[in-house]
Amino acid sequence: MKFVDEFRDPELIIKAAEEIRRLADPDRPYRLMEVCGGHTHAIYRFGLKDVLPPNIELIHGPGCPVCVLPMGRIDDALSLAMDPDVIFAAFGDMMRVPGTHGSPLEHKARGMDVRIVYSPSDAIKLAKMNPQKHVMFFAIGFETTAPSTALTLQRAKAEGIHNFSVFCNHVTIIPAIRAILDSPDMRLDGFIGPGHVSTVIGCRPYEWIAKNEHKPIVVCGFEPLDLLQSIVMILAQLQKGEAKVENQYKRVVPWEGNRAALKAMADTFQLRPYFEWRGLGFISQSALRIRDEYAQWDSEQRFHVQGIRVTDPKAAQCGEVLKGVLKPAQCKLFGKECTPENPVGALMVSSEGSCAAYYNYEHRKANLVTSLSSPA
Amino acid sequence: MSPEDEAKNPPGGCHMCLALPGKVVEIASDNRRSALVDVVGMRRRVDLGLLEDDRPVPGDWVLIHVGFAMSKISEADALDQMRTLEMLGESEAAVQEVRGYGLEEVEDKHSP
Repeated sequence: MKFVDEFRDPELIIKAAEEIRRLADPDRPYRLMEVCGGHTHAIYRFGLKDVLPPNIELIHGPGCPVCVLPMGRIDDALSLAMDPDVIFAAFGDMMRVPGTHGSPLEHKARGMDVRIVYSPSDAIKLAKMNPQKHVMFFAIGFETTAPSTALTLQRAKAEGIHNFSVFCNHVTIIPAIRAILDSPDMRLDGFIGPGHVSTVIGCRPYEWIAKNEHKPIVVCGFEPLDLLQSIVMILAQLQKGEAKVENQYKRVVPWEGNRAALKAMADTFQLRPYFEWRGLGFISQSALRIRDEYAQWDSEQRFHVQGIRVTDPKAAQCGEVLKGVLKPAQCKLFGKECTPENPVGALMVSSEGSCAAYYNYEHRKANLVTSLSSPA
Repeated sequence: MSPEDEAKNPPGGCHMCLALPGKVVEIASDNRRSALVDVVGMRRRVDLGLLEDDRPVPGDWVLIHVGFAMSKISEADALDQMRTLEMLGESEAAVQEVRGYGLEEVEDKHSP
């Protein structure tokens, strides 16, 4: 593992790794899913796989909001922003994500007014600074970013800012986990639960995973020690035949979540009957739409949205990788047609997608070793 | 860029998922939801609207997502979080993120 020496508690890391070896039955495979894209990134970055016994496999889940966003949503929003009176505002993460006719950045190069904002509240500021234009904020993210969009909608309404709307793509994590567990080819032993999402929703919404699906889930922080300790906690449950929700990230995540955030979300959003996820297809009640009380600030209610659908190329096997049936490199397109520079499938789109993380850390590393060891 | 450098700086990050620790410096006198916060060496206006139930006071540490404080944390945890960002190779992204808050219009005059 790469960072053991520079970490504040190297002995604790070694202890946790030993504990994992002690708890893991060498005669059975363990398949644990980390739901959050931040965890996927950390696992590759820290080289955690190197300290785990070979029979513990980490499956990278659907928790990167950029990756799971269907291309049609980007196309829809960009087609609204073709209007010269519209400013398209989005987080920097969205800027290089391809739509059918190019990314937001490429549209900017062709003359579209595209702005990066780092906070939804800055999109409101942009609207105030450009009263003759309409600012459309392309909102994206799980429960980590949805509350800030909620407060921004409340503020737009309270301040009567009418040249501002939100193109809402917020998704919720629980239905995605349910869809993965419902999938017939899915075999999982436990979950490393998301850290920041749980700051908002708390730990209670995961209880059905333990009660009904009999799988352990441990809400986890982002340091190497957090991840190893969470794996210890999952293995300890499995050894005792238990399945419960535990909170390893107590220093940040309250069991009940953030009530003010949940209240703001309930006031401004309601569940969509269904929403499409790249790689997973349509999942019922898995995304948020803006309530009618805020219709004036909802781009979809205010303007005509075409509802463009773009299917991923059949050769891309994102769904199988998401469910852990295939490893990233086993997809036919991986590293050939589909790379982080030219992503074909969902999981290559952002660095937190499992294919991009695998490509950036494992694939490039392997290629480097090969090129160094092969004679010139 | 060598393959090794590229591995260190993969294209297309996910900055909106970053949680940045910041220390509350001052609550606005005309709007208690708005605070001046020290984040990775810069001072920015941060929204406290999501901490209505447990309002921070100057000196408290908070974790910030996309310009909104999401939870109160201890100073030790804040320092750990900074270290985690560094280890994840995300401290540059964090600086870029914070610099962008307020559309780069908030003055840095209070900064040391």
